[in-house]
Amino acid sequence: MKFGVIIFPGSNCDHDAYHVISKHVGQPVDFIWHRETDLRSYDAVIIPGGFSYGDYLRAGALARFSPVMNSLKQFAAEGKLVLGICNGFQILCEAGLLPGALIRNRDLHFICGHVNVRVETADTPFTHEMKVSDVLSMPIAHAEGNYVCDNEILDDLQSEDRIVFRYCEADGQITGAANPNGSRDNIAGICNRERNVMGLMPHPERACEELLGSSDGREVFRSLAGVLAAVA
Amino acid sequence: MKAKVYVTLKQSVLDPQGKAIQHSIELLGYQGISDIRQGKYFEIAMDSYSDEEKARAEAMRMAREVLSNPIIEDFRVEMEV
Repeated sequence: MKFGVIIFPGSNCDHDAYHVISKHVGQPVDFIWHRETDLRSYDAVIIPGGFSYGDYLRAGALARFSPVMNSLKQFAAEGKLVLGICNGFQILCEAGLLPGALIRNRDLHFICGHVNVRVETADTPFTHEMKVSDVLSMPIAHAEGNYVCDNEILDDLQSEDRIVFRYCEADGQITGAANPNGSRDNIAGICNRERNVMGLMPHPERACEELLGSSDGREVFRSLAGVLAAVA
Repeated sequence: MKAKVYVTLKQSVLDPQGKAIQHSIELLGYQGISDIRQGKYFEIAMDSYSDEEKARAEAMRMAREVLSNPIIEDFRVEMEV
């Protein structure tokens, strides 16, 4: 199985993602410059965190127009796996691959620190090695992580079991106090209807080694690799 | 010819920046402010256009496709000939 990590001007978690795939997943991985358009050799593509195009206009708004994005839409339509982390989640929303939008945090600050998220569904390639209600500790680092959507989208997400992670207390309770940024329904991550595209604000790739405070993020990559190995 | 594009958050979307600005303004003693919403403003120089309606249609398209996110924002276009 082969992974790709897309680099936009301003991406800054690309090396973290690359490191995790090569070291912890133990699979081949390439960096993909945003001007490239051939994704045929990849089984999964990661859109890493950072500040693509300096967050100009809106976070993720300009990355949507990079040449690689048309290929990525095709890639996703073929059922291949796409994981958007932080700025990657913002880009997937701006590109229409995921519904809703991410706006300025409720309290306006850039927030940086570990949060707890609860697994809401194990029925995705990104969480199938987990159990519903598992609590993962992962860091967040964003100013625009406040997930908004209209009632219709929220109904769809809930009824189709597409909310993947929600911010929670250490014991798994979903509370307002555990919601770091004001996200609707404490949403930290969602997937598309076909379940092969996921976006999340927390950084699993920064939580793969105990030295960094948590290795819970490995579960995401273990799930991914497990699904790809089963297909191969 | 110039297109002026105003992008504002939809009424249904909370605007924490607008709220913070309103709070600061009220601290200065201003009264009777019921709401402040922050938005974005773009000036697009369209010097080679002669047909105002065509230029407006193009500016509307740019506003819809790039300058605003229809999920959270509304926009308005004014032309200056």
